[in-house]
Amino acid sequence: MSTTFMATGFWPALPEIILALGALALTLVGAYRGERSTVIVGTGAFVVILLALVAVGITPRTRVTTFGGSYISDDFARYMKALVLLAAAATIALSSDFMERQRFARFEYPLLILLSTTGSMMMISANDLIALYLGLELQSLAAYVICAIHRDNVRSSEAGLKYFVLGALSSGMLLYGASLVYGFTGTVSLPAIAASVQGQAPIGLTLGLVFLAAGIAFKLAAAPFHMWTPDVYEGAPTPVTAFLASAQKVAAIALAVRVFIGGFPSVAESWQQIIVFVAILSMLIGSFAAIGQTNIKRLMAYSSIGNIGYALIGLAAGTPEGIQGIIVYMAIYLAMTLGAFAVILGMRRGDTYVEGIDDLSGAAQTHPWRAFALAMMLFSLAGIPPLAGFFAKFYVFAAAIQANLFVLAVIGVVTSVVGAYYYIRIVKIMYFDAPRPAFERLPDGPQAVLIACSVVVVLFWMIPAPLVSSAESAARSLFN
Amino acid sequence: MFSLGILAGLLIVPLVGAAFILTLGGDDRDVRSNARSAALATTVVTFLLSLWAWSRFDPSTAAFQLTESHRWLAETIRFKLTVDGFSMPFILLTTFLMPFCILASWEVIETRVKAYYVAFLVLETTMIGVFAAGDLVLFYLFFEAGLIPMFLIIGIWGGKRRIYASFKFFLYTLLGSVLMLLAIIAMYWHAGTTDIQTLLQHRFPASMQTWLWLAFFASLAVKMPMWPVHTWLPDAHVEAPTAGSVILAGILLKMGGYGFIRFSLPMFPDASLLFQPLVYALSVVAIIYTSLVALMQEDMKKLIAYSSVAHMGFVTMGIFTLNPQGIQGAMFQMVSHGLVSGALFLCVGVVYDRMHTREIAAYGGLVNRMPLYAVAFLILTMGNVGLPGTSGFVGEFLTMMGAFRSNPWVGFFAAFGVILSAGYALWLYARVVYGKLEKPSLQGIADLDRREILTLAPLVALVIWYGVAPGQILDTFAAPTEALIRSVEAALATVKTAAAPGLR
Repeated sequence: MSTTFMATGFWPALPEIILALGALALTLVGAYRGERSTVIVGTGAFVVILLALVAVGITPRTRVTTFGGSYISDDFARYMKALVLLAAAATIALSSDFMERQRFARFEYPLLILLSTTGSMMMISANDLIALYLGLELQSLAAYVICAIHRDNVRSSEAGLKYFVLGALSSGMLLYGASLVYGFTGTVSLPAIAASVQGQAPIGLTLGLVFLAAGIAFKLAAAPFHMWTPDVYEGAPTPVTAFLASAQKVAAIALAVRVFIGGFPSVAESWQQIIVFVAILSMLIGSFAAIGQTNIKRLMAYSSIGNIGYALIGLAAGTPEGIQGIIVYMAIYLAMTLGAFAVILGMRRGDTYVEGIDDLSGAAQTHPWRAFALAMMLFSLAGIPPLAGFFAKFYVFAAAIQANLFVLAVIGVVTSVVGAYYYIRIVKIMYFDAPRPAFERLPDGPQAVLIACSVVVVLFWMIPAPLVSSAESAARSLFN
Repeated sequence: MFSLGILAGLLIVPLVGAAFILTLGGDDRDVRSNARSAALATTVVTFLLSLWAWSRFDPSTAAFQLTESHRWLAETIRFKLTVDGFSMPFILLTTFLMPFCILASWEVIETRVKAYYVAFLVLETTMIGVFAAGDLVLFYLFFEAGLIPMFLIIGIWGGKRRIYASFKFFLYTLLGSVLMLLAIIAMYWHAGTTDIQTLLQHRFPASMQTWLWLAFFASLAVKMPMWPVHTWLPDAHVEAPTAGSVILAGILLKMGGYGFIRFSLPMFPDASLLFQPLVYALSVVAIIYTSLVALMQEDMKKLIAYSSVAHMGFVTMGIFTLNPQGIQGAMFQMVSHGLVSGALFLCVGVVYDRMHTREIAAYGGLVNRMPLYAVAFLILTMGNVGLPGTSGFVGEFLTMMGAFRSNPWVGFFAAFGVILSAGYALWLYARVVYGKLEKPSLQGIADLDRREILTLAPLVALVIWYGVAPGQILDTFAAPTEALIRSVEAALATVKTAAAPGLR
């Protein structure tokens, strides 16, 4: 039985199949049991994600394509999928208490997370433009809905609507770019495009590339397509924001790597300048625009814009080292972001969740451990060694220097100092200012996420080799 | 498979102490006394461990010793710890000063005591790590990591403008350092490794050296600090708690000079020669200008801070003379300044704890009530001036000798610094200690208590001891200095011979 299954070609897609089937089965549970089933569906979704994670672990390590070449499984895909699944699992853990307290615990929510995750995994494994678009749409449509899931809340609805309208626009651009690429190369398969484009790219293809880049940049929330990010991040329920900032980003950057490295390796200089421009602009906006923020979710939005700028440095280099940098960056970025959001989810006084940065005032005295964890996340985001964020930046800058992108690297480190300013401003508020009334106890889900993330961020420097060397082999898998 | 040496032990012991302090519980008074005892015990154990390391250290050779290397980021970027004659004195200085910092904080720190001692112990690990690192990335890691505890120390337990000072300290030093990181990466791609010993043998092309030197300079000059990027230092010193100032002046400033000697000179010799005039100019300006600024200060800590900048001017001048006297003098000056300025900040702390002001004008005639204090302060002031017989003299004398050999004008101008330092230091002493005790608030001021004597006496003794018998320290880095000069001269010679045919 198992051998026949393995022979069918479905085998490499086992994680996605588990997720999709799990989501369908849980839909049935939810439909029959109604509102009471939220906890069961939530737990079920968590289990399904863990099963998918196991499936990622046992899928072949070699490079396999299936479904007529439109689906690819390689080391890179497995690595990024593991990250997406971990982020999704963390999101569900983060949501556990929040949804009930906000009185919109609905069984659809974990299902939509599952479906969005399925879409993310398809994006990561997409080997042609159609599969890529399908994955992207599945991921995005589910995400639009969960942004607006708190439908009685104006901000949540606004966030969902804004995300939807602008997301539809970007999908249109991406599709248009894909059609141009198809028109000028006669194929939608990324390897075939790579084979057919040699030497100088025709102008139509370059145009298509620009539109593709614009669509992807929107999904990445990279400047200059970042305008939706602060509003959506602020308005969406906090666990959803964590999901957008973690799993969705990983999938989007994996998609960018697939398209540019997989589809257009020989016209690198055409897209490299776009990526350099986007990276510089993202780093600048991510660091300078964050300075004046007072809402911590908005601040995290700008922080995520800036972080994507750093990750894109790796793509701009376009080398195996650059991709290794991206992978390391995203893995560490996940830990920092999810950890920060775990603390933000604990900012509750009575029944009200507060989001002002000032509300953290003096947290070091009322909640020493939580404040310490958040401070470590923030120092790490600022790239201060020995915290993990330093190594993330180290690898992308190393790739940039190797590729002779000196200006990009210098702008990167200088903006990281500007970024450090607003990160340590929060540390200052927590540590130097007078305390305010204490927050409620941190629920179990966020606490578990926070502990896991803190361990990764604080102790990464002691044993960095496993993550770094596996990222290296994952990056290599793209270049053979 | 995984064995740790003494140097790893030096890094681990303070962290273990910090972890232990974190676990302390109970009521506030118990926590306070347990935390400080634990911190003191930890720093003393670390000091003893460093003495053991020293006993196994052979100062007669320039070689790197006590080396241990563990798997880390990659085969080419390893967790390598090693020491030579340049780094060993600084490790000893660090571990030696730490117990005094803890003692100086004994009564003063009353709030958030656990966090305070944890921050200090973590800071100790990072400082030892800087000097023991055998790999550039590891060096950078510790170099920057120290910012976090110092930022918190200034910001939480500092004075009135502590937030401004802590931000300035953090961002200033960070901005300088990130450029050094890029240079480290560039060196990695060129040499294929960040192992310091290998890099010392590696020849970088001259044009690349220029850029690398500038990037390192950006970081080290801020840390040093050299004029005109010294402005963070007076603020940080003034606002930091006493022990924080001691560490800042005693150890953190030395990282800049250590970096110049360890990296800039041997790895970029051509660029070092090229930029020698720049360093000379900045050093001389620092010596004269900041001495003049020090004369005008009304805050005791600020005065000592500016005098530190001036003394560091002698260090940079000495290092870039590229001759043995200059470099040995610079090394000695750094060690001596670590003791003298650290002790001077402790002296300021003594009166600050009693009167809660650092205004020079608020004092006067202390000798009448505090004879012991007056003696200690006098000896340290003489050390700061560079009086023969104190450790301050040896360093200044050697650096000036080196400067005269290299460029008499530089030596000539630097000599003004000696005169000016006598001016501001003696004037400070006269205004604070001499005269009649007229101010009513000072009538009840008490002399040094046992804890304070215990804190100051060893430092004062060492200042005199190293003034009379400097050989012990000088011998430690004599061999590596010689090796350094030889390698720099060899590198410069190859450049000359390579350039010669083109000239003909």
